[in-house]
Amino acid sequence: MSDCIVIQGSNMAECHPVGFQWVMEAKARGARVIHVDPRFTRTSAMADLHVPLRAGTDIALLGGLINYVLTHEKDFREYVVAYTNASAILGEDFVDTDDLGGLFSGFDAQGRHYDPSTWAYEDAQMVPSAGDREQTHASAKRARDSGAPSAAGSHGPTLEAQPNIDLTLQHPRCVYQVLKRHFSRYTPQMVEQVCGISPEQFDQLARAVTENSGRERTTAFCYAVGWTHHTVGVQYIRAAAILQSLLGNIGRPGGGILALRGHASIQGSTDIPTLFNLLPGYIPMPHAHEHEDLDAFIEQDAQTKGFWGNMKSYTVSLLKAWWGDAATAENDYCFDYLPRITGDHSTFSTVSRQVEQGGGGYFLVGQNPAVGTANAKMQRLGLANLDWLVVRDFVMIESATFWQDGPEIQTGELRTADIGTEVFFLPAAAHTEKNGSFTNTQRMLQWHHQAVEPAGDARSELWFYYHLGRRIREKLAGSTQEMDRPVLELTWDYPVEGPLAEPSAEAVLAEINGYDAKGEPLASYTALKDDGSTTSGCWIYCGVNEDGVNQAARRKPGSEQTWVAPEWGWAWPANRRTLYNRASADPAGRPWSERKKYVWWDEDAGRWTGHDVPDFEVTKRPDYRPPPDAKAQAAIAGNEPFIMQNDGKAWLYVPTGLADGPLPTHYEPPESPFRNAFYHQQANPTRQIYPMPVNRYHPSGDEPGAEVFPFVFTTYRLTEHHTAGGMSRFLHYLSELQPEFFCEVSPELAAERGLEHTGWATIVTARAAIEARVLVTERMRPLQVQGRTLHQIGLPYHWGANGLSTGDAANELLSAVLDVNVHIHATKSTSCDILPGRRPRGPALLTFVEGYRQRAGITAETGTESKTP
Amino acid sequence: MTSFANRLFGPLDPATEAGYLDPPTRKGFFTDTSVCIGCKACEVACKEWNAVPEDGISLTGMSYDNSVGLGASTWRHVAFIEQPSGAREHPGEESASFRWLMESDVCKHCTHAACLDVCPTGALMRSEFGTVVVQNDVCNGCGYCVPACPYGVIERREGPKDEPAVGLAQKCTLCYDRLKGDLEPACAKACPTQSIQFGDLDELRVRAKGRVDQLVEAGVSDAQLYGHDPRDGVGGAGAFFLLLDRPEVYGLPPDPVVTTKALPQMWRQAALAAATLLVGSLAAFVERRNR
Repeated sequence: MSDCIVIQGSNMAECHPVGFQWVMEAKARGARVIHVDPRFTRTSAMADLHVPLRAGTDIALLGGLINYVLTHEKDFREYVVAYTNASAILGEDFVDTDDLGGLFSGFDAQGRHYDPSTWAYEDAQMVPSAGDREQTHASAKRARDSGAPSAAGSHGPTLEAQPNIDLTLQHPRCVYQVLKRHFSRYTPQMVEQVCGISPEQFDQLARAVTENSGRERTTAFCYAVGWTHHTVGVQYIRAAAILQSLLGNIGRPGGGILALRGHASIQGSTDIPTLFNLLPGYIPMPHAHEHEDLDAFIEQDAQTKGFWGNMKSYTVSLLKAWWGDAATAENDYCFDYLPRITGDHSTFSTVSRQVEQGGGGYFLVGQNPAVGTANAKMQRLGLANLDWLVVRDFVMIESATFWQDGPEIQTGELRTADIGTEVFFLPAAAHTEKNGSFTNTQRMLQWHHQAVEPAGDARSELWFYYHLGRRIREKLAGSTQEMDRPVLELTWDYPVEGPLAEPSAEAVLAEINGYDAKGEPLASYTALKDDGSTTSGCWIYCGVNEDGVNQAARRKPGSEQTWVAPEWGWAWPANRRTLYNRASADPAGRPWSERKKYVWWDEDAGRWTGHDVPDFEVTKRPDYRPPPDAKAQAAIAGNEPFIMQNDGKAWLYVPTGLADGPLPTHYEPPESPFRNAFYHQQANPTRQIYPMPVNRYHPSGDEPGAEVFPFVFTTYRLTEHHTAGGMSRFLHYLSELQPEFFCEVSPELAAERGLEHTGWATIVTARAAIEARVLVTERMRPLQVQGRTLHQIGLPYHWGANGLSTGDAANELLSAVLDVNVHIHATKSTSCDILPGRRPRGPALLTFVEGYRQRAGITAETGTESKTP
Repeated sequence: MTSFANRLFGPLDPATEAGYLDPPTRKGFFTDTSVCIGCKACEVACKEWNAVPEDGISLTGMSYDNSVGLGASTWRHVAFIEQPSGAREHPGEESASFRWLMESDVCKHCTHAACLDVCPTGALMRSEFGTVVVQNDVCNGCGYCVPACPYGVIERREGPKDEPAVGLAQKCTLCYDRLKGDLEPACAKACPTQSIQFGDLDELRVRAKGRVDQLVEAGVSDAQLYGHDPRDGVGGAGAFFLLLDRPEVYGLPPDPVVTTKALPQMWRQAALAAATLLVGSLAAFVERRNR
């Protein structure tokens, strides 16, 4: 349905080849495919247009497109006025980056954080939707610690969701005008200066996107970790969200911003999360002391508009699913049994504590941080400093063997005899050896059936955690200690089947779906109650077991159903295939155009209808206006499609909920060979840093020493291998296809540095030096940036020392520096040096890297400043 | 029925020719390289299904191609061709921009298969689907088929003697076992973009014609079919291709001819020589008698 597909921050053909078939199908139907990427990849080879850009400058480019849309008035004005917050008027205290050298108002340089209170709408307090909470808490806490006033949204502020608005969009402080001013400096000339994209190519891109947007046409953006793995990753997505909202490409067929998840069920692992700050269904994890009881926890959302207004129903149903009959109104439904957050427990903060303090245990489940995570040495030093480590994987990955043959053993930094970590390797079963579901990119659950029993001692994760829990409960049985009750009272009664006593995955799915008061499977999250009469292990998955049928196992061929294919698998929520699809109709409920008809209001039937499940209360009339005291979804008007937002609108401007600003702003990557051409502020002032000896940073921009690292490398994946290699480097059929670690360089860089095709190169940063075979290829192109030539180096990150296909790990080179909103590492744009030949071995390697640090004048303070002096 | 004249060259239905009574329609591959994303799923699926062993783990530097070419242990091979900007010139046009071509190559399952024609043991046989299949239990490893193939596809497998099929001629079977079970070949099943299409050869040829016309109309002037024509040197391939450039660019012979095409002529020459010799010797006897 897309007329134009822009793939940016993703190598979709290589990393999502199965999903890419739909791009190829769209192309065959006439859609224009554009790939924006530093490298010419297999995706570029399939695209109508490849736009090479400097890694880490996507906000400059997207800002340029936003500016193009606003300057040439290419926005879908009716959509923008009706469905976005363009008309909302900001308070007088907000000061934009233009006037503060690249900072927003409210910045506290000492605390490295913003107080977002000046970003609010005039006379209106806002709370972020629930999923955003952890950050607001964190910044509020920091704000308190530093004596600053409490942030909006942290402790039950007055929830006055309706801002003052100007539907003519002329008020100088309305969001539309603020956007216009903010992005006015993102001109094609600046895009050329910063991104290395010629004005001609920019014009081609801008025309393609705007000409394929509006009533009759839609454009989709596809991204992956090429957008998220930056210190400003969240703002990359925000920039795309602004552009797509201005163009009316959200909630409509063929539009959207498609987050391509890294591998099977990564979407599932955020829905039912492996993240420290979330409970299932994006319910925030409670904080110690700040959420004394369930009502205090819910209070922040109880009065808001939108479906998060039902957070108590979702939370109580979750607690009932987990603690069953033990959860009663009298004991707050066992709310006290939930673990509490006391700070930042994300991966890097945990690892930094492992390195600095040591001790404790660690589970690695399908994760190979010894080679697969930024600053791999920091990860290994953490692993080497534990009491115990459990590795569950198919094969002996580097994270299980670092203690005997890791790089630190070879350099003499560590001795096996000195490493106290007790390592347990427990073989894991593959997806073909167990039943279960995948939730992929499009929020679709697809069931997979066991083909064979796992070999030897290999067991599924479900088996492992179920039987671990069972044994712990057996050991605790009879305990009268209060601290054991959360474990003993858990509903831990899954039926087991087969020769290995495998817990029934369908029983787990049924628990996730939930039951009504009579014990019947629920059909929809709208049936969830806050009185303890319903259960649901994840409210957004409610309905996946409707009628007691595993809806995720449906496989009706596409040829036997409508083009939306609702009977293939099951998509959350409520089997909707396109979110916010009320926006595919105009405010009166009519399709914006016949060509893009999707969901519309049927006046005769008195309900919403269409090709997809309407993402709206099905009988709410377009002209419904909520009474002043309305709550939750009842407070959403009939012309407000963004029902999860507490104002029903798409946000062009984010008054609260983000830690690093209400609007995307181009900052240079933390380690860049260039000055920020937009502002005095060089890098994201709120970026999360770990100033440790193992994690030294480069000088950046025009700081002395930055010239020691004149090139930029970017890390990525290949089709032939899987992430950190545990599922591919040990297999013959995949290893022979990409047999060795290599770097990709342009013929020009090869000539400049004397690199030979298929010879060796050494790549160096302040953290490490690694070696790689050289592929000289025209697919890598030098760019002209700020009047000089920039060479970018490509480094696939799959390798390590173990397996059939081996090589150094690209992650040795990276530092740990994160986006503060989501604590994700920056892996896509880092300065470096490159030399011909192999790297030094043994202790000489350390001396070599130390030599670079000295030449660049690197100290403990380098690269750690928040506000650019 | 085809004429006797076409038994070694020219259009022919190979299954009927091989003696099958009422065979199924001829099956084949249409590999549309214009939509190949170079994922190599075909290579892996082929090896998994057919238990083809690893073919060596070494970096070649040939772009992303590390399996180099078709052989005894690589029955599907994806070629990667990095075409520098300016490498292609079109009269009256600007020189073309950089291209990265990808093509999944496979045994052509020729209408006139020289490998089969020269096989002394009958190990290479024509299946009822019109495909060419090696029977491991019949092959004696003589290797006559290897130089006979005009594409350099078939090869004897090398390796330790105790490994499967070592010393025997090996190549794509078009998943004969899967076809018998009414399944499509593993490579076509795995292909995410329908670059590899399996089906009735006649239908595939029609589809391919439509696709190449569409591309040419869209301005891809070099788009061309390869191996589709029953009048070509191998009587048309059972596995044919849509290419975006000349066959040589992909390492394919531009005008392959079945090496047994010249057999009638060779036999005629040999017969003539024999006749001449016979006449000569007879003449010698006659002369002696006359003396």
